[in-house]
Amino acid sequence: MKTIEQKGMYPKFPRSGKDTRVTHYCAGCGHGIVNKLVAECCAEMGLQDNTIFVDPVGCGVFTYYYWDAAHISAAHGRASAAATGVSRARPDAVTIAYQGDGDLGAIGFNNAFQAASRGEKFGCIFINNSLYGMTGGQMAPTTLEGETTTTTPFGRDPALTGHPLHVCEVFSQLQAPVYIARVSVADTKRILQCKQAIKRLFEIQRDHKGYALLEILAPCPTNFRMDPLKAAEFCKNEMEAEFPLGVFKDAEKGVGGSRSCATEGGADAQERVPPASASLVVKPVPQVASCAELFGVSDGVDAPPAEDDPAVPERRFKFAGYGGQGILSLGICVAEAARLEKRHTLWFPSYGPEQRGGSASCSVVVSGMPIGSPTVEHPDVLVCMNQPSYERFVGDVKKGGVVIVDATVPLTKQPPEGVKLYQVPAIQMAEDFGVPKAANTMMLAALRAFKATGLGDESLETALCASFKKKPQLVEKNRDLLRRAEDALLNN
Amino acid sequence: MTKFVKSNEAVVMGALYAGCDLYFGYPITPASEIAHGAAKWFPMLGRTFVQAECETASVNMMFGAAGAGKLCMTATSGPGFSLMQEGISYLAGAELPAVIVDINRAGPGLGNVYPEQSDYTPAVKGGGHGNYQTFTLAPASAQEMCDLTIKAFQMAAKWRTPAVVFADGLQGQMMENVTLPDAELPRPDFSDWAAQGEAKTRQNLVKSIFLDAAAQEVFNEHLQRKYEDMAADAMAETYLAADAELIIVAFGIASRVARTTAETLRRKGLKVGVFRPITLNPFPRERLAAAAKGRKVMTIELDAGQFADDVRLNLAKSGLGAEAASVMMIHRMGGQVVTVDDVVKAGKMILGK
Repeated sequence: MKTIEQKGMYPKFPRSGKDTRVTHYCAGCGHGIVNKLVAECCAEMGLQDNTIFVDPVGCGVFTYYYWDAAHISAAHGRASAAATGVSRARPDAVTIAYQGDGDLGAIGFNNAFQAASRGEKFGCIFINNSLYGMTGGQMAPTTLEGETTTTTPFGRDPALTGHPLHVCEVFSQLQAPVYIARVSVADTKRILQCKQAIKRLFEIQRDHKGYALLEILAPCPTNFRMDPLKAAEFCKNEMEAEFPLGVFKDAEKGVGGSRSCATEGGADAQERVPPASASLVVKPVPQVASCAELFGVSDGVDAPPAEDDPAVPERRFKFAGYGGQGILSLGICVAEAARLEKRHTLWFPSYGPEQRGGSASCSVVVSGMPIGSPTVEHPDVLVCMNQPSYERFVGDVKKGGVVIVDATVPLTKQPPEGVKLYQVPAIQMAEDFGVPKAANTMMLAALRAFKATGLGDESLETALCASFKKKPQLVEKNRDLLRRAEDALLNN
Repeated sequence: MTKFVKSNEAVVMGALYAGCDLYFGYPITPASEIAHGAAKWFPMLGRTFVQAECETASVNMMFGAAGAGKLCMTATSGPGFSLMQEGISYLAGAELPAVIVDINRAGPGLGNVYPEQSDYTPAVKGGGHGNYQTFTLAPASAQEMCDLTIKAFQMAAKWRTPAVVFADGLQGQMMENVTLPDAELPRPDFSDWAAQGEAKTRQNLVKSIFLDAAAQEVFNEHLQRKYEDMAADAMAETYLAADAELIIVAFGIASRVARTTAETLRRKGLKVGVFRPITLNPFPRERLAAAAKGRKVMTIELDAGQFADDVRLNLAKSGLGAEAASVMMIHRMGGQVVTVDDVVKAGKMILGK
């Protein structure tokens, strides 16, 4: 027997485990017809080398047996997410996702909807046969009211299970898609229309125009419990009554769309409303040629790598206060100064809900040798700018350590024996200097004045200046503040 | 170039040097800085950042991008990592290279955003369905967050497997020096199996389905052989271990607590050392056995004992039944970190001092 060549399909289907050209679809199944049409369109348009099909889980799972093109077999419901990955990875390819109504309409609805909303550049062929086929004819979101399925044995009751989900109507509310249509394969005329629509879907992908969705109403004789002709009649009469055929949106041809699309709209499409604020504009992404160019410039201090020096003892710092007092940047400043001196350095903030109001703290560890534990259980130096953190941390300070606390903090607790306490009017001094935000710079001045860091004066000053790298006009001002504050502290 | 950066950012830097072309992610504390860095830097290098609608989407976008032959990644934390397990199983089932970074937070459920190592079992043993494993690396510093992310991409490509970079919330937030690589890695060629939308890859099929039970078994056997072969790439380090009477076994952030503890106890004249697995899967079993044989063994971990059980298992499989049976554990949960004080106390007790 001579086999008739089917355009776009393998001559035989060895991936099915059989050396034949028989598909796994039931007689009269809409998938079989659509599979033939998709293969024809892909071949006739010369796109087989360029196409990547993303296959679903469901009755469409085995399209890779048939279509002669590259395939990726996705998880149930995730073909649109996978197709997003494929089309982003291979923007020059033609990416086509093939999904059923359980796959797309239920478990994977949000993935499909969000991909459409983002305007991903792939085409989605969505087979609506009003139920789950592969798993045994259960209710799908598209099941008609009153339709009997294995999970609606008394007919779908909208009072309990809602109404059929209209995917095209929902998706056509989105701005990004360029093509949304519903066709059917219930008779010859419809099959020919369906082929034209599939061709359109491929064209849009070939030309990389954007997201396209084609819903295809398909009969499922096995689960309808009907012969193929009756199933086709059901598809034409009952399903089309619920799901009208038509082009919901074709941006290039000016069809549909309440808001205009990425491509130029026609008569029906309204002009895009400009954003209300002129500041809400997409900025061009600065392009760099390499990682070295991107990361070659330091945001802060330009410091050499650390060098091991066993003679330099480890010193642990805790900085604490209210969020907004510059606690975290004070810690970074000390850390950067240590880096300048080639010390091993570690900075660690309090994070999570804490950082959104209330107290903030950070820890810094400076050492001549590689640092072990990052947590500061017993600080050598504690800097506190508010009462709660003073009360929380003061008892932990190591013997021989230093506590520097803002003068506004009442000393409700005494530090452990052998710990030196300095009360510094950092907040007041910053206000007196006319820069209330610089209370942390006042604390840095105190750390420097009292020689509490074990780091050189020059390093601390350089680190402070480097922290204003992005606001160069503030560098000299802060250098000046640091020196004046230090003078004031040393002279009192 | 040496930079002072947050560990989470070091992950992105490593990924970019490794040749990662696509990032798919969904925001979650304490991993979000990874997405922030990726959102800025990937597009600047002409690469792709996609904010997915959920972690299920992220991992399946990776399935597509990896299937199309590109290096890709995501980063998340516990709840998101749970959501990704099905997709990671599919990645393993289709033998796709991809990198998942888990910045472990405290659980179960919503828990909180502070550090735990309680995702150990899903991160190390394969948390989804089926007989699969991941290549899992556990960095302990900002430098390693960069370096081991690069290693993760190399291992993912070499073994055609999802790789997991397993760190925790504390590490993610930490800033330390990171010396960046001198050069970017060349892109691997996956055209012998990937669906790339080109004539030469037209016959390629990326799938995890084997409808025939015999074929599925053959594939499973192939996977298991691969996982055995991966042992060649196991990594570990020891510290002060040569003459130690007590070996503290710990990974990630806990290994740094172990390091300080060992130093502290050594200063008190106690012979304490550290064994740190750098790869958790493949587990450096032989090196652990060599370090632990005839010694007392204690783990430090931020979970309920999942790691200690794995240490016991690996010791037992090495024939060190007595050492396995006597493994002790110091642990904290809920976002609390084991303190050096606590481990020092325990170490003294174990050594009878």
